[in-house]
Amino acid sequence: MSNNKLKRADILFSSYSVAPYEILKRTMQKDKDFVINELTESGLRGRGGAGFPTGLKWKFFAQEENETKYIICNADEGEPGTFKDRKLLVEVPRKVISGMAIAAWACNAKNGIIYLRAEYNNLIPELKKEIEVFNEYAKKFNLEFNVEIYSGAGAYICGEETALIESMEGKRGEPRNKPPFPIQNGYLGKPTLVNNVETFAACSMVCRYGAAEYKSYGTSDQHGSKLFSLSGDSPKEGVHELELGMKVSDFVEEYGDGDTKAVQIGGVAGFCIPRKEFDTTIIGEGNTTGGATMIFNSTRSMYNVIHNYLDFFAEESCGQCTPCRIGTQQLLKGIEAVKSGEKPESYLDDLVKLSKTMKLTSKCGLGQSVTNSFSSIVKNFREEMIY
Amino acid sequence: MSKINLIIDGQKIEVEKGMTILDAAKKINVNIPTLCHHEDLCVAGNCRVCVVEVKGRERLEASCATPAEEGMDILTNTAKVRNARKDIVSLLVSEHNTQCTTCYRNTNCELQDLAAEYNVDGDRYLSVLKPNIKVDKSSWSIEKDDSKCVRCQRCVRTCAELQHVNALTVSHKGNEMKISTFADLPFNEVVCTNCGQCVNRCPTGALTERRYFDEVWEAIGDPNKHVVMNTAPSVRVALGEMFDNEVGTRVTGKMVTAMRKMGADSVLDTDFGADLTIIEEGNELLTRLKSALVDGDKSIKLPMITSCSPGWVKFIEHMFPNHLGHLSTCKSPQQMFGAMTKTYYAEKKGVDPKDIVSIAVMPCAAKKYEANRPEMNDSGYRDIDAGLTTREFGLMIKQAGLDFNNLEDTEFDSIMGQSTGAGIIFGATGGVMEAALRTAYAVVTGRSVPFENLNITPVRGTDGIRAASIKIEGTLPEWSFLEGVDLNVAVAHGLKNARIIMDEIAAGKSPYHFIEVMGCPGGCIGGGGQPIPTNADIRAKRTKAIYEEDMSKPIRMSHENPEITQIYSEFLEKPLGHKSHELLHTHYRKRNRY
Repeated sequence: MSNNKLKRADILFSSYSVAPYEILKRTMQKDKDFVINELTESGLRGRGGAGFPTGLKWKFFAQEENETKYIICNADEGEPGTFKDRKLLVEVPRKVISGMAIAAWACNAKNGIIYLRAEYNNLIPELKKEIEVFNEYAKKFNLEFNVEIYSGAGAYICGEETALIESMEGKRGEPRNKPPFPIQNGYLGKPTLVNNVETFAACSMVCRYGAAEYKSYGTSDQHGSKLFSLSGDSPKEGVHELELGMKVSDFVEEYGDGDTKAVQIGGVAGFCIPRKEFDTTIIGEGNTTGGATMIFNSTRSMYNVIHNYLDFFAEESCGQCTPCRIGTQQLLKGIEAVKSGEKPESYLDDLVKLSKTMKLTSKCGLGQSVTNSFSSIVKNFREEMIY
Repeated sequence: MSKINLIIDGQKIEVEKGMTILDAAKKINVNIPTLCHHEDLCVAGNCRVCVVEVKGRERLEASCATPAEEGMDILTNTAKVRNARKDIVSLLVSEHNTQCTTCYRNTNCELQDLAAEYNVDGDRYLSVLKPNIKVDKSSWSIEKDDSKCVRCQRCVRTCAELQHVNALTVSHKGNEMKISTFADLPFNEVVCTNCGQCVNRCPTGALTERRYFDEVWEAIGDPNKHVVMNTAPSVRVALGEMFDNEVGTRVTGKMVTAMRKMGADSVLDTDFGADLTIIEEGNELLTRLKSALVDGDKSIKLPMITSCSPGWVKFIEHMFPNHLGHLSTCKSPQQMFGAMTKTYYAEKKGVDPKDIVSIAVMPCAAKKYEANRPEMNDSGYRDIDAGLTTREFGLMIKQAGLDFNNLEDTEFDSIMGQSTGAGIIFGATGGVMEAALRTAYAVVTGRSVPFENLNITPVRGTDGIRAASIKIEGTLPEWSFLEGVDLNVAVAHGLKNARIIMDEIAAGKSPYHFIEVMGCPGGCIGGGGQPIPTNADIRAKRTKAIYEEDMSKPIRMSHENPEITQIYSEFLEKPLGHKSHELLHTHYRKRNRY
């Protein structure tokens, strides 16, 4: 694994080399169980950030027997610094809708919804055109699957799948208690499969290439290709499709500006890797795969960076659970107090402990993941927190 | 139900599938602290105080929201769990206005208890309490102080699930998240019914009843004022809880003594007002039935619905403003009592009504609002000058330095101090219906209702809506039009159930002639002004005490109350007569829907 170099991949954005919805057509000629099994074999994990094995999720969803089942494409791309889903929806929407349709066919669902963040409403006309194309082919293939678009209302938390479902039901976008999981009890109480835009696109690519080939990309732990939304101090900002499993040092060499001091992997909910760990950190192993990657050079204040993150979390927490609502405020106020000298340096350690409690006790991924960036920045850039 | 096996703190236990870890632990007396949990309400799982460790899982689980699973190995008392709970309580304290000494809920606050239990260090975190939070004192009944709110959303769930009112809701997110009304309007401008169920379930002092005891003390201390206290049936079966008596202890005699010792000039029984209500409302029902059945008058609204519960009355005014004609025009017992205090009582006692201060001690928050409704002054004076909750009254007893549990039992004063068992049972859901049927049946047939000991058990119980049908047979000549009629009645309690009843009426599909609605779950014994906590078990015990009190009364039908006979012969002349209409009946108004 440590030999992995940075390798570009050309899978998700590869041009459409076959007739429209040909992958769907060919997949539908196979056995449903075989297809789900292929997904499991491919090692594909959810591309939204949580990294749940996609094949397993589909398998559970297929087992749910219900006349009404929903497939939701999570296009509420809200993580700061991520924009890869938008690019997919603009450039290869057919791959995304194919993935949804394959899921519908394999798992016996008839209703599909694309939950589009409100800021992407300008994509709706083109998406609707593509849906019309899909409808034509679905009719030809005898596939009963209706795809609709639902526009979100702009809260970060609605990217969390149960909050997303709540918001679709017209309620406050707040995460639910789990269990029950959406697979059993989701939108309107019906079995619901929620996958990220990139995951659905990747699913159709697994079906196109087969599990064995897809699995040959990446590392033993993370397979296939991954989109990176790159921003920050880089001359090559934009979306890059790479095989998983490169060292951060290779990544920095390719994309940095020569003065990189830290890389944020997996968005603000992910980890901040300092220069001294560039050589020993493999992207995609032990850290999240959300896709937002930010490069910081030595002109950046990491205090400002984490202050910015915390400001965001304190505002975007839904506010329902104690550790997340108040914890985010405490971390924010806490680093301000250390900076101003109101609290001693050692207070940073108390705050790290608090962030660990947030991880242990928060209701959803938002509060649970704050500690990732917070602990890594406080640990690695402690002097910047104080002086 | 299938069973599952699990281990909690090393102890093996078998429970029903689907049970939460919290409830499973309760079964073996393992106490897990909670804050957002309330057994009347759906699971929220948002305070995270109840977290426990499940072996094999890194993260802690909220025990109130996590179903127990086969083979789970749960630890509720590890360093990891204790530290997490302490952190969470510390966070809640850091967001809280910790001026406990000046808080109405001081010593009866769930956050205070938790902070004490986990010995929370006040300096652990910085204060994130928002500055300049204004207390909303716009309502006659309820005060809302966001600086004491822990965002548990019990109030929101109460208002939505139990009451279907939705006056309270969550607004904003993150650090700005708070409990709010529609467009953050003041309480007195929104759809709030003042039922106070939110107050009763608030774990802290964020929602409290508006207090009036300072005004009451002032009146008592004024030698020129003649203070008349009257008290509702539910108070006497719950007040004891404020003094560590077992739930369901009847403290009628001690309560009367306490009022007298506090300095009331006259201690009377609202149950007299209840008996009066039965006479007026029973006659109103019979009149409506006659107009509808005999005269075929289409303008007569049936079913007729009771109007004793001011939370319910405001609910229908907001939610079903086009169906107010179904409400009985009778004032509630409290207001009837007040109107009689300022007229009949004043006359009999030779006191100038302007010097009378009438104080109602109620299990209710909405009664404060009702007392302040502008139209409630038909005698030229306010029917009721101040409404107190059971809780305020308990506090006043403490302020007076009375050793409540060792007070002797004494009787209510006269006049308007005598009551029947029928008046007593107004306190429990179904009671008004039962009392009305006891009297109406007797009036119409000259015989007692055909139930053993007059206990009309079909209308009793805890089901949200209960229906019954009573065949009227052997009528007296003037009521012959009712011969053979099946009188269909229904009882609903909790506004959620009231809505179901009203939806039926609005759809023109209601099969009933007469309906009793109480705004609060369980009726007045579960009122918003009752001691905290209130839950299903406590409601059941208070209800049992109400029916015991009923059975202990020598007279158990309102029309046999000698003081009632006396007030009609000396003052009111006849039910639904001129004076009744002037003093005992009222009207309603349409209100907004937000």
